[in-house]
Amino acid sequence: MSVFVATTLESALNALSERPDAAVLAGGTDLMVEFNSGHATDRGVAAVVCVNRVAELCSWSHDPVAGTLRIGAGVRWSEIQQDPMSRWVPALSQAARTVGSPQIRHAGTIGGNVGTSSPAGDGLPVLSALDATVHLVSVDGARSMPFAEFMLGPKRTARRPNELIEAVTVPVLRGWQGYAKVGVRNAMVIATASVALAVDVDGRNVRMALGSVGPVILRCPELESLVAAEADFERGALSSAVVEQCRSLAAAAARPITDHRSTADYRRHAVSVLAGRMLRRAFPMTDENLA
Amino acid sequence: MTDENLAYTLHVNGGYREVRDAWLGESLLFVLRERLGLMGSKGACEQGECGSCSVQIDGELVCACLVLAASARGQQIVTIEGVAPVGAPSDVQQAFVDAGAVQCGFCTPGLIMATHSLLERSPHPSEFEIREELSGNICRCTGYGRIIDAVQRVAVSRAAERNSDHA
Repeated sequence: MSVFVATTLESALNALSERPDAAVLAGGTDLMVEFNSGHATDRGVAAVVCVNRVAELCSWSHDPVAGTLRIGAGVRWSEIQQDPMSRWVPALSQAARTVGSPQIRHAGTIGGNVGTSSPAGDGLPVLSALDATVHLVSVDGARSMPFAEFMLGPKRTARRPNELIEAVTVPVLRGWQGYAKVGVRNAMVIATASVALAVDVDGRNVRMALGSVGPVILRCPELESLVAAEADFERGALSSAVVEQCRSLAAAAARPITDHRSTADYRRHAVSVLAGRMLRRAFPMTDENLA
Repeated sequence: MTDENLAYTLHVNGGYREVRDAWLGESLLFVLRERLGLMGSKGACEQGECGSCSVQIDGELVCACLVLAASARGQQIVTIEGVAPVGAPSDVQQAFVDAGAVQCGFCTPGLIMATHSLLERSPHPSEFEIREELSGNICRCTGYGRIIDAVQRVAVSRAAERNSDHA
């Protein structure tokens, strides 16, 4: 096996260009499990390009004029969990806090989450809800695409073999955001079902994305339209009847399967509960307490 | 590095250690235990779930089983063996003994590493914070009560030391 430890972006791209068959190793929280179990060898991984020490990938930049935050692929969950990211993208920060354990969050990166592209990846519903842009780069040049076009299926993405995920860009929105997931314990758990909600007060809309209930992260366009039409964004009000309707719409948007972690029925139920909970937190005023 | 059997050097507990004839896909945990003879870090789940292989790399607490050993060249690795000399336990180690926080002992090295890391970052953690910060270290014996007690004992004794330094 060959191992290349890149220290610059250029050297990483050159290495991937020479060995497009190489597995890209960032935090190791997924790939090393495969090495330890022998699955990586079984599926023929013969080369590794390590990118976790590439400084260019490990920084972020906030553009207050554009209202965007660009997060390098190598930025780790332990950093995303904290201020100032928790102020700019609170839902992503909350998702970060639910990833694994402190040990996992010190190693795991947002780029790894995007690249692994598991429907249960905790960062992904938030990136979907925020309509994040994924930036890819290779020796042939750079390209960017919406997250929805990047994630093609469970562990399937639009990344070409010689490309690296360089960064993601998300908008900094005014409005409540949150992420919630269901699993068998509070820590160290893979989501059975998850929901991200971002309110865009200035755009008078909401974005909701569901994780672990389909082959890709699913948005809820009908729910989003209903809330946009019915919510009072300045007062943070939404009637209980609409929240109830939204719970049904979230359940209807889900395409869950039954597997070793849960059943389709449970996942559909869980996602509707989480959708209602997120909306109630985002819009704490009900028609009853407004009256 | 492209050769199957190329040697590489790791910086472990303040010294340089050469790793020879190793498959480059080996985890740091495997190399520490099987090649360098450092048996303090325990191997159980080998998927980052149990925390019993926790070590510090460049000051950050990570699971050694999830680190590709060959990629850790040039980084400062501290294992449980590097926390304190034999016979002179660290305050955290002593507090675990005093509080009865050790039963079978398998999780203890990882928990000691995690506790040192926690108290470096947050000298006065609440019980909730302790539970969250140690949530990546699984103990099947104690029920965690005495472990939390041990962490709180260290926080209190370090605070008392700081105060007496200022007096």
